Amino acid sequence: MTTTKTKSMTPVQAINDALRTMLDEREEMVVLGEDVGVNGGVFRATDGLQESFGEERVFDTPLSESGMIGTSIGMAMNGMLPVAEIQFFGFVYPAYEQIMTHATRMRYRSMGEFTVPMVIRAPYGAGVRAPEIHSDSMEALFTHMPGIKVVCPSNAYDAKGLLISAIEDPDPVLFLEPLKLYRAYKDEVPEGKYEVELGKGELINEGEDVTLIAWGAMVPVVKKTAQLAESKGISCDVIDLRTLSPIDKDIIALSVQKTNRCVIVHEAQATGGLGNDIISIINDTSFLYLKSPIERVTGADVHVPFWALEEHFLPTPERVMHSIQKVINF
Amino acid sequence: MHTQLEGRGKLSQNIEEQFPLKQIIDKNGKLVDETYGNVITAEMARSFYRQMLCMRTFDQKAINLQRQGRIGTYPGFKGQEAAQVGSAMALENDDWMFPTYRDHAASITFGGSYTILSSWKGRIEGNLPPAGKNIVPPSVPIATQLPIATGAAMAGKYKELHQAVIAYFGDGATSEGDFHEGLNFATVFKAPVVFFNQNNQYAISVPVWKQMNSKTIAQKSLAYDMPGVRVDGNDIFAVYYETKKALEKARKGEGPTLIEAVTWRYGAHTTADDPTKYRDQEEENKKHSLNDPLTRLENFMMAEKYWDESWIDSIEKEIKEEIDNAVKAMESMAEPDINDIYDHMFETPTWSIAEQKQAYLEFLRGEAHK
Repeated sequence: MTTTKTKSMTPVQAINDALRTMLDEREEMVVLGEDVGVNGGVFRATDGLQESFGEERVFDTPLSESGMIGTSIGMAMNGMLPVAEIQFFGFVYPAYEQIMTHATRMRYRSMGEFTVPMVIRAPYGAGVRAPEIHSDSMEALFTHMPGIKVVCPSNAYDAKGLLISAIEDPDPVLFLEPLKLYRAYKDEVPEGKYEVELGKGELINEGEDVTLIAWGAMVPVVKKTAQLAESKGISCDVIDLRTLSPIDKDIIALSVQKTNRCVIVHEAQATGGLGNDIISIINDTSFLYLKSPIERVTGADVHVPFWALEEHFLPTPERVMHSIQKVINF
Repeated sequence: MHTQLEGRGKLSQNIEEQFPLKQIIDKNGKLVDETYGNVITAEMARSFYRQMLCMRTFDQKAINLQRQGRIGTYPGFKGQEAAQVGSAMALENDDWMFPTYRDHAASITFGGSYTILSSWKGRIEGNLPPAGKNIVPPSVPIATQLPIATGAAMAGKYKELHQAVIAYFGDGATSEGDFHEGLNFATVFKAPVVFFNQNNQYAISVPVWKQMNSKTIAQKSLAYDMPGVRVDGNDIFAVYYETKKALEKARKGEGPTLIEAVTWRYGAHTTADDPTKYRDQEEENKKHSLNDPLTRLENFMMAEKYWDESWIDSIEKEIKEEIDNAVKAMESMAEPDINDIYDHMFETPTWSIAEQKQAYLEFLRGEAHK
């Protein structure tokens, strides 16, 4: 039996490793974006890639999100595999039209004649005292879109495996990277290529009393809450959703049918947020199993505040605990 | 709010000298560029004329079909035949075309099919190019196809395919951000793309002088240090040769070109639009009909003795038959397939799409048994 060698890596190093692995394997793949070349990306996610693969394959684009995503669509239609970086998710909006009207629609409107295998990477989320607009987590704008998958890892192992799967996927994928976790901790990450299947969540803690569902930067928050709850005699199933579109409905149904209670945690705004779709899935699959209404712990329906107050926007273990108490004591 | 012409072009006074309107035959059909005297053959003139006439007949037929309720809203292109046919004739088989919804003359000329007409009957099949032909479904949102065309060109260059890409757009599109982003990327990456603008002088109801303060569209190329050409869009020879030059340059790795083909849209924006609301149709069309692309070529051909009444009779008959057959084919298409709603979203449908499709088909079966 061969053992795969592993290496201790932060999530951002794992993303870099995934890009390197796939650039090695797929010669039609290119990495493009603002400052991704010599600079290696503002978070260093593409560090060293231009040096290794040359300027033809890893290149800076003009400061132009619509241009970058538009040209990526054209490249993908003509046989290439572009992986574009939006520097911060809050700057994706100029490219929204390209994604909505072309990237997600090309396969449909050409009945499969033209396809758009491309990945859009974007660091998202609050909690690092960033300037205005740098902290958005508007994933629901894209989970609402037909024709695109949305992925969001919470750790280094998943970040590499999911990014490789996203690059291998024949359709457009939005890959959201929790910037707060980029260097938060290290995991053992296998060397070389491996995939984490898109559309599958992971049960990262087993319990009996309540199901906690989160993704990205909220995963450490719910993990911490689960420990807190454990000390109070409440045991939690914790689901890291990993793919936000399509959602793994089976993992949710299986868990909620066991625990009969559920708390959903996301940092995005509540109204129109993905938590509502998860509630719909529970409604469709597990309504009669519920012993209490489902709780959501989310950002309020306001813009992410200036960072001096951002901790009051983001869900915390204390707020999640408060909701757990509510569903337990209902 | 708008002051027509006053103060326009102050900073670019000699711009029309820098971007002269290129002509090979003038509006009376007289050869004005002698260098082409021996290049233009009878055969070429006839094939250009035939294709323009065919497209004009197609366009008129489509408008009639809409009036009769046999298709839905349709955007006519009458007046733009030389711009579209001439530019499309200049393409090579492997090139890519990114047309808009008003460019059926271009796409059909490039080897597209008449089934495009069925898209105005709500049929997705209308978007399909013939197998292996790189004709992208017409872009509906304005100017968004320009960065995509640049990207397709970048890929062709990267893969050393020696393909060129042509992207069509109108005067209104030059006000969109994507026009500028597409052109900027194209020069930054020296992409083999030709930006083919049809300045038909109206974006629905807004005339070009309200659209921009610039005197020409070609001059916008200067900002990107891109070659820009202003061509008489009703002179099919000028359009053909200028486009051909630009495409050949692109294929040789010499980068993009912006072509402004100055032309005129005789009709409404679409069959749902009434141009008498914003311009004097009779007066304007009378003026522009003196510069009609077909009449002009006819005059040229008469002078050159390429014209022959029996030839025109026979092609008119052929064209009528061709278009009638196309309409017949459209009207005898099988019923639309409900599966097409669901089956082209992803290579493998996601669970929600699969479930929704199944639930709807079951619902329909239930209704059928009521």
